[in-house]
Amino acid sequence: MAIIIDENTQVAVQGMTGNQGRFHTKQMLAYGTKIVAGISPGKGGQEVEGVPVYDTMTAAAKDHRIDASVLFIPAPFAKDAAFEAIDAGAKVLVGVPEHIPVHDEMEIVNYAKSKGVVVVGPNSFGIVSSGKCKIGIPPNQFFTEGQVGVVARSGTLTYEIVGNLAMNGLGQSTVVGLGGDRAVGLSFVDVLKKFEQDPQTKAIVMVGEIGGNAEEQAAEFIKDNMSKPVVAYIAGKSAPPGKRMGHAGAIIERGKGTFDGKVAALQEVGVQVAALPFEVPGLLKKVL
Amino acid sequence: MKLFEYMGKELFAQYGVTVPKGRVVTSPEEAAKVAQEIGSTVVVKSQVLSGKRGKGGGIKFADNAEEARAAAEEILGMTVQGYKVETLLVEEKLQIDKELYLSITVDTSAKMPVIIASAEGGMEIEDVAEENIMKKHIDPLVGFSPYLGRETARRLGLTGPLAKEANKLMAGLVKMFKEKDAELVEINPLVISGDRLIAADSKVTIDDDALFRQKEAPVVEERTETEKKAHELGLAFVELGGDIAIMANGAGMAMGTLDTISYYGGSPANFLDAGGGTGMEETAQALELLLANKPKAVFINIFGGITRCDDVANAFLKVKQSREIPVPVVIRMVGTNEEEAIKLLSENGIEAYKVMHEAAQKVVELAKA
Repeated sequence: MAIIIDENTQVAVQGMTGNQGRFHTKQMLAYGTKIVAGISPGKGGQEVEGVPVYDTMTAAAKDHRIDASVLFIPAPFAKDAAFEAIDAGAKVLVGVPEHIPVHDEMEIVNYAKSKGVVVVGPNSFGIVSSGKCKIGIPPNQFFTEGQVGVVARSGTLTYEIVGNLAMNGLGQSTVVGLGGDRAVGLSFVDVLKKFEQDPQTKAIVMVGEIGGNAEEQAAEFIKDNMSKPVVAYIAGKSAPPGKRMGHAGAIIERGKGTFDGKVAALQEVGVQVAALPFEVPGLLKKVL
Repeated sequence: MKLFEYMGKELFAQYGVTVPKGRVVTSPEEAAKVAQEIGSTVVVKSQVLSGKRGKGGGIKFADNAEEARAAAEEILGMTVQGYKVETLLVEEKLQIDKELYLSITVDTSAKMPVIIASAEGGMEIEDVAEENIMKKHIDPLVGFSPYLGRETARRLGLTGPLAKEANKLMAGLVKMFKEKDAELVEINPLVISGDRLIAADSKVTIDDDALFRQKEAPVVEERTETEKKAHELGLAFVELGGDIAIMANGAGMAMGTLDTISYYGGSPANFLDAGGGTGMEETAQALELLLANKPKAVFINIFGGITRCDDVANAFLKVKQSREIPVPVVIRMVGTNEEEAIKLLSENGIEAYKVMHEAAQKVVELAKA
């Protein structure tokens, strides 16, 4: 099993004929993802890597069953593309673009919620059910099937963690990128819930960072609801207070969302917290 | 992007929120002139991007034009909370019957805008007891409904004409929050002055990611020169004061790199997130930027996803060929197009690391040598 997506998920790529769209379509196909259609307004009738391109999502959805859509669309147009995907019936929406305005993100997330659509991101590396389906941009070679569920706010840091797992022979069930922006579709809690119910997942790695209170909320949830072991890494221990570290989420303000606060909250509910990413596999091996 | 108080108030006025009579000035003469026009006691306020201006001596009262001139002379050029004062706001002194608190911001856990209101204003909202604070979400798919204004008025303890005033103010503020792509709109204090509700201060932050469609937004620079340059290159960069220059891709990765460097006893000179999908040209310029700050060593830590390792390797080689790099550079590269990158580097006599903490240990060692 896997969560949210699996080997049967049929995927559309919005913005397929762009530079990133083409490159990552190829990578996703190489990973085994079932990409059935591309969408690029004005480019309908073309093919990219053997996949037909349509002008609109609705046209693509007429010819194909589309379960999920991934956006390779510049930020100013991401909201429109997201609405198009949701209206065309995609049940999972994966957003890759950076710098989507927060008001647009709030509209995407709330509209999706009203239609029962799962939003990964909307600024995220995507989601991988290892060995089955990859939707998004992570490098293919580290994602191998296994028992560890990974949920993270940061993209590259996830690759770092998954790379460390791979080096230690630990595969993953599903790896979910929540996204580091201010309004994201999925929370740690949403994903932990799904991992708890997924028979393939035996342990979970949470990759968090300073700022916000998502990790504290996760700790609260873990306390009463998780029977599976959780290991965490929190980035930003050495970040100076008050400085914005790229992600809007990663800002320490008014003593909230601090590294120490997050680590304490997680440790209190039995989560093992690694000091550095390379310690994660060791901690996992102890609990698996 | 944070706006100065006067800029926020100009927006308030556009959206029907009452602000004190006044004008922004940059010289004592102008301050005197505005005070003359207002014709009563005025307040001269330094315009810096920081709270607690009063405590820092950045706010003074003046009973006439002469006093306003003197106050302006004193405040202009002084440093308030680390910011040099270059502009002043000269305003009528309000008759204050009561101070309230009102703001709209993004609630990241609810993923919606939230109205925050409290009948206890004029102080830090964190110091107000939780039960005395109203929080009301605005569904972005629905927008403003007048009941939100009525509820806000009730929680602020307002009745009669003041409640009506509060309704109008809320409608304007919610509209402004959305139309101006604001992340924060705060009025503290919101002053009851007779039968008027007046925004005595403003704190407005505009979403940087929305500036492409906020063409009329004023430009406020909060960055250092190097940070500004990095921003123009599309990079997130923060100066940190240590001696190991860092370039990583992704904010989380960059933070993880800082943590790892610190763990091994090193001191990061900066945070630089080269972003996802940054091209060769930007990467080369980012490297130049790092070297300009004269670090003792450079650490390039790339885990390629959307970023292609060979692009970064090419950028590095380009810089290396065009100039002398006076300090040791440690490169760690894995992920997308890793093989091509490692081949490129090794053809040029550079060995790239695959494991982050090994590379981090090495760069700390080199910086200390």
